[in-house]
Amino acid sequence: MSANVAAAAKAAPSPEDKSAISVRDMRKCFGDHEVLKGISLEAHKGDVISILGSSGSGKSTMLRCINLLETPDSGEVRVDGELIRMKQARDGRQMPADIRQVERIRANLAMVFQSFNLWSHMTVLENLVAAPTHVLKRPRAECLEQAEALLKRVGIWERRNYYPPHMSGGQQQRAAIARALAMNPKVMLFDEPTSALDPELVGEVLRVMRSLAEEGRTMLVVTHEMGFARDVSSKVMFLHKGEVDSVGEPKEMFAKPPTPQFKQFIANFNK
Amino acid sequence: MDFDFYLSTMWSVLKALPLTLEIWFFGIAFGLIIATGLTWLRASGHKLGEYFTRAYVFVFRGSPLLVQLYLIYFGLSQFDFVRHSPILWPILRDPMYCTIVAMALNTAAYESEIFRGALRAVPVGQIEAAKAFGMPAFTRFRLVTLPIALRLALPAYSTEIILMTKATALASVVTIMEMMGTAQKIQHDTFRPIEVLTCAGVIYLLLNLSIARLFAWVEYRLSPHLRPPPEQSQQIKPVPEVL
Repeated sequence: MSANVAAAAKAAPSPEDKSAISVRDMRKCFGDHEVLKGISLEAHKGDVISILGSSGSGKSTMLRCINLLETPDSGEVRVDGELIRMKQARDGRQMPADIRQVERIRANLAMVFQSFNLWSHMTVLENLVAAPTHVLKRPRAECLEQAEALLKRVGIWERRNYYPPHMSGGQQQRAAIARALAMNPKVMLFDEPTSALDPELVGEVLRVMRSLAEEGRTMLVVTHEMGFARDVSSKVMFLHKGEVDSVGEPKEMFAKPPTPQFKQFIANFNK
Repeated sequence: MDFDFYLSTMWSVLKALPLTLEIWFFGIAFGLIIATGLTWLRASGHKLGEYFTRAYVFVFRGSPLLVQLYLIYFGLSQFDFVRHSPILWPILRDPMYCTIVAMALNTAAYESEIFRGALRAVPVGQIEAAKAFGMPAFTRFRLVTLPIALRLALPAYSTEIILMTKATALASVVTIMEMMGTAQKIQHDTFRPIEVLTCAGVIYLLLNLSIARLFAWVEYRLSPHLRPPPEQSQQIKPVPEVL
């Protein structure tokens, strides 16, 4: 089916083409260990896709291969219909053909990390302004204004002049989401955004993410939050041992697990 | 105690302080330039660059600065091509320049190791975040890697600078009348080593004290994120959450 979609996209890149991210047959090995064994993924504009899977299933690696923090060994990644061009390096591995193109695409794919990765030597406000001014070359005053508005939105405007180490994990992650939003990204990538948080701080981050989903943002979310996957996302994708085990509507998937692996997976969570 | 003698010795040694500072300043300035080059060469990932910097560090860190200074001042002038070179000879016949060259070459070895360690200690996540937001390599280095690495390098760098302050005393063995040279001359003239060397020692102590304080101040200014926030140190209760 994904082959048909890709073929159609190639034949006629019509203006209705709503593909935000399209991944075809992505493979990745770390040494002898094959982490991704040919993953395909289709995300349309406005999709919120939860990517589930037990640890080691390759879900984080897949996300990091999309913005090329990891280089996939083979496969195609298209963002907004644009293919990320790859070439063969001298050692036979794939590498990006044009790092400029990668940087331009990355600027459209803001990422939120498990361990926040806010720049610790900058205040929250500086964190939000750094990339828009230096990557998108937008005027500083405008970026500051937007940054303050975003911090108000995620509820940490009072902490705008704090340094990241002075905030709780939940506040840091909300700041990191605001930093991602400051890029006006086309797609947001969340790499286990609540996994490093104390349980009582998870809620505040999920609330922000839910409000982003509600305003129609395109999001790929690697997560262990079953509630978020079931209630907020428009699509659930379950990875098992480096392969796509099942994809579907969250309601159906959770009501009627399509595969024994997924059934087993959610059973472990309900214990 | 002969206060007059102490005072006059103090004054004589202090008059040589500008010369000490001159050696010190140019030594660490050129050292920093060389160290930056070495660090860049080492970090560039070229095998040849790595072997060169390793060999450089091995030689200049592994042998005494005094040996290096003697080799440069007494040793190199043995060679005809050095004596006939219009560029090398004006530098290498001058003991002042020789001291600066020896100090710069020596400290560069240590500093390049300090910088290499600091660069490696920058958390990967901080750099990944910069990559993920589309920052080109140079922007990434300027905004994220360098500021963090500099803060990590500062404590070890300040120690190296203090070591260099003390190393300026070696200039006295190649006829430079900086503080140590001056002190030795007074000692030879008066046969009062305790008084003379105490004076010199105290000046070196005070000099290093001010250098250490200066670095401590810079470090303090650069690391507000490593101190508790001002409000929290006063009131234990955290600011209430607003959402």
